[in-house]
Amino acid sequence: MTRKVSMSGAINEAMKLAMRKDENVILMGEDVAGGAQVDHLQDEDAWGGVLGVTKGLVQEFGRERILDTPITEAGYMGAAMAAASTGLRPIAELMFNDFIGSCLDEVLNQGAKFRYMFGGKAQVPVTIRTMHGAGFRAAAQHSQSLYALFTAIPGVKVVVPSTPYEAKGLLLAAIEDNDPVIFFEDKTLYNMTGDVPEGYYTIPIGKADIKREGSDVTVVAIGKQVHTALEAAEQLSQKGIEIEVVDPRSLSPLDEEAILSSVEKTNRLIVIDEANPRCSIATDIAALVADKGFDYLDAPIKRITAPHTPVPFSPPLEDIYLPKAERVVKVVSELLGTPLEV
Amino acid sequence: MKALESSKDVALSKEKAQWMYQKMVEIRQFEDRVHELFAKGILPGFVHLYAGEEAVAVGVCAHLNDKDSITSTHRGHGHCIAKGCDLDGMMAEIYGKVTGLCKGKGGSMHIADFDKGMLGANGIVGGGFPLACGSALTAKYKKTDNVSVCFFGDGAQNHGTFHEGINLAAIWKLPVVFVAENNGYAEATPFSYASSCKSIVDRAIAYNIPGIKVDGKDVLAVYQAAEEAVQRARRGEGPTLIECVTYRNYGHFEGDAQTYKADQEKAEHKQDKDAILLFRNHLLNEQLLAEREVEAIEKSVEAAVNQAVKFSEESPYPNASELLTDVYVSY
Repeated sequence: MTRKVSMSGAINEAMKLAMRKDENVILMGEDVAGGAQVDHLQDEDAWGGVLGVTKGLVQEFGRERILDTPITEAGYMGAAMAAASTGLRPIAELMFNDFIGSCLDEVLNQGAKFRYMFGGKAQVPVTIRTMHGAGFRAAAQHSQSLYALFTAIPGVKVVVPSTPYEAKGLLLAAIEDNDPVIFFEDKTLYNMTGDVPEGYYTIPIGKADIKREGSDVTVVAIGKQVHTALEAAEQLSQKGIEIEVVDPRSLSPLDEEAILSSVEKTNRLIVIDEANPRCSIATDIAALVADKGFDYLDAPIKRITAPHTPVPFSPPLEDIYLPKAERVVKVVSELLGTPLEV
Repeated sequence: MKALESSKDVALSKEKAQWMYQKMVEIRQFEDRVHELFAKGILPGFVHLYAGEEAVAVGVCAHLNDKDSITSTHRGHGHCIAKGCDLDGMMAEIYGKVTGLCKGKGGSMHIADFDKGMLGANGIVGGGFPLACGSALTAKYKKTDNVSVCFFGDGAQNHGTFHEGINLAAIWKLPVVFVAENNGYAEATPFSYASSCKSIVDRAIAYNIPGIKVDGKDVLAVYQAAEEAVQRARRGEGPTLIECVTYRNYGHFEGDAQTYKADQEKAEHKQDKDAILLFRNHLLNEQLLAEREVEAIEKSVEAAVNQAVKFSEESPYPNASELLTDVYVSY
């Protein structure tokens, strides 16, 4: 049965189902429960995650499986890598993806390398859940979208869901996966609700989803920007323009086939990515299509991204920092050579 | 290593006593006002308040000048105020206005004022240790007698940068004072759970540097410990670790329900253990300041905080063009 569930609820549900199914699944991170050893809480959680995404897990699974860590990202992230390669299936929560600065080595040089470097003798079934995204007024060190950084590392998989349905199915797939998977959660989407089936299901990692079909322009959008693309699609549809919105859902592996066949149909490509433009996923997808789909193109590839600056705090600046539907409409109109009025 | 110390027999000039009381009241009133404004939905973002911990920032910064530098934490408003940052510019920064100390681009977690030696609040726990070593290296290299103070919380002492920073400062004899603000909780996790050491100051032994633990609610105890540590750093004798046992009156961030704190604990810190009330009583009992002088300070601070709010509300937001300034941008 399907019912409306929030993004954070769907993620919470996925973790519960995974932990019920496999006793080797544990969760660790900073205040994933909170209130450790506080007498009056009697082992209930104080927080259940800084934004409440892991609420209730400690009540069901206990503190042996829901591990509050000190503020020691390198410590527990490295521990997660080796726990994974020796028989557990940990979910390690990196509260904000920005904090990868404190534990990059554990992913880059440790977990990501084990399987290949050890000649296939090690598996690292770890899932790193982490928050990303601007628009929360959280300023430069708590608002970045660093998925390109991880996509650049061979050996890890990178998932960026855009809906509660996908968050649940992809997270369960990530936990089942025997390679390290970095699972990005946009903090501004946590309250978004959507249809989510009850029970256990997985969505394959590496398979894109066509969020809206269209024949005029292909718009590949990542995470929350899928919704920017869909908003633009509505506006454009009223003018008789139909864009095709492609949600890659995972950036590594990337569903190249889905992107290329869409561009083959529409002959035009826009990529929307709220991360900084250089060495980004937008750039990567543009390169893919320039390389393998050049003959399909009738127009230059366009990237709609944040500017190449840190995320500003001031609300009006942060608002213009992020891609907007209006900008997508404008770029689509330019590509098609149609008048600009919307 | 010294045991928990509390001192009431520190000789303070009247001028210094006035300054210290004023700064403590500024921090308290500023933070209480930010709390109100956030609750009303006027202020955006993540806000972490320093109220309750005033004695630490003020007791330490009382020994610093504008050329001395400090590194701070996500809970940085108190450090900013104690180091002399302008209240108008701070409040405007928290509002995201262009008149803010960082033009509104940093926000509450990133207030900085290099003219005052305030090297920035920091959104990364443990971010300050190496930075304090860096500014201390500058002082040592240029042979100024300036010092760096690294304020950090009990959560940060479990971070790798704590160990790397203190060891570096120790082997290079850098003029750094590491000031732990042990408020008992790292976010929602008690210190007693997260730290293998019962006292942060025990870790000084590992780096062969002096360490002292003081009652961080007693501004004079902090003042006394910091005096010795700052002088030692100025003399080129290297770093000191000071642990100040304190308490934050509000949650980790605004919006935190603080279910991990017992009601009685919260209440006693707002009454019997309040750093400002303790210092106020001391000033009056020792006749360092008269009641009317204390009240005059409190009134003037109230006016200054009102003014900071008015200034912030009347200030404009940054122009869109500010998005692309202060960074190398060509795309």
